[in-house]
Amino acid sequence: MYAFTYHKPTSARQAATLLAKKEDAKLLAGGHTLLPTMKQRLASPTALVDLGACADLKGITVKGRNIVIGAMTTHGEVANSAEVQGAIPALAFLAGSIGDPAVRYRGTIGGSVANNDPAADYPAALLALGATVVTNKRKLTAEEFFTGLYETALDEGEIITKVSFPLVSKAGYAKFRNPASRYAMVGVFVAKRGSEIRVTVTGAGEGGVFRWPEAEAALKARFAPKSLDGLKHTANGINGDIHADAEYRAHLIGVMAKQAVAQATGK
Amino acid sequence: MATVSLTVNGKAVTANIDPRTLLVQFLRENLRLTGTHVGCDTSQCGACLVHLDGKAVKSCTTLAVSVDGASVTTIEGLASGDTLHPMQEAFREHHGLQCGFCTPGMIMSAVDMVNRRGHELDEKTIREDLDGNICRCTGYHNIVKAIAAGAQAMAGGSLKDREPPRHAAE
Repeated sequence: MYAFTYHKPTSARQAATLLAKKEDAKLLAGGHTLLPTMKQRLASPTALVDLGACADLKGITVKGRNIVIGAMTTHGEVANSAEVQGAIPALAFLAGSIGDPAVRYRGTIGGSVANNDPAADYPAALLALGATVVTNKRKLTAEEFFTGLYETALDEGEIITKVSFPLVSKAGYAKFRNPASRYAMVGVFVAKRGSEIRVTVTGAGEGGVFRWPEAEAALKARFAPKSLDGLKHTANGINGDIHADAEYRAHLIGVMAKQAVAQATGK
Repeated sequence: MATVSLTVNGKAVTANIDPRTLLVQFLRENLRLTGTHVGCDTSQCGACLVHLDGKAVKSCTTLAVSVDGASVTTIEGLASGDTLHPMQEAFREHHGLQCGFCTPGMIMSAVDMVNRRGHELDEKTIREDLDGNICRCTGYHNIVKAIAAGAQAMAGGSLKDREPPRHAAE
């Protein structure tokens, strides 16, 4: 990797100041995407601002009808949190399915969300659960936040501080993993809050995470796997690559959606 | 340059390093602890696993400078003198290695697994949790047996009395 200067602030405010001062600086969270990218010289920031010592970015709290997760909270911490397991078990399950145990000790929710990898798990959860991304400057809904492949609404110098998830009555997540990389070839998150139902898909879309309105409408009549019988997602706008063509991925969306609903309903 | 102070296998070390230095480079090249291996260098294979404040992490995807102040245990730090750690002994006993390249990472992963999940590990759990460790000799069968036995041995008692729950017909 190319040389950089290293900075380790102890609060989000200090990090923002450093980020504004250093030209071409990047934030380092868990580093499990950024460091491999820098090793391949696909990224070459001149300064790294390490968020690892910002205590104000860590932790999980239940606030009223929301569960609030600090940006630097690791996947392992989310997966093993009694609060998350109690409030939204599907979210804990999703976090526990990211990467492998060693990756889950380092990778963070803020880093994952900011990177918006089209095969990442968290974007599906944020969009389905109607989460709010809180930054040092503003609050964004998941719809506003995820804008495209590896793209988000974050401005230069903006730092995610936490993600707030409103509680839901039912939720489930199912993914079909690439057998080698174990990334989601297709991941589907379903959530039910009162009469509102959301079905979101990751891993499959040419533009990253998206909602599947037809499945949402079908589940509104009855929230059960059977309601999705015969429903097929179009292959238009779906990724095709050496691992799976668009038709196959489109088919997997229906299969994974059913599994996710089955998990959400405990069937 | 940046100053980094770590406790490695119980010993305090301080060095002036380029911020680019990966933890695995620091361990291998500065401290000459070459038991920690670089396999894929892309955080897939787990040959570089070390314990960072008691948790198994990929040292090829960690900057040494970012873990300043931490306590690191490498494969060299597991044994006490001439007595192998129970997990190392289990790998020896059950032939849980062929070429040996992945073994340090496998053992660090296995000890972490016991720390997280306790001493009674079934085959499914072990295989699932070995997701981040690759053995290119494909010697998983005996690795899984070794981990089940090592996990029990870590609870106390000798390996000989504590055979793993499942035996292949061999």
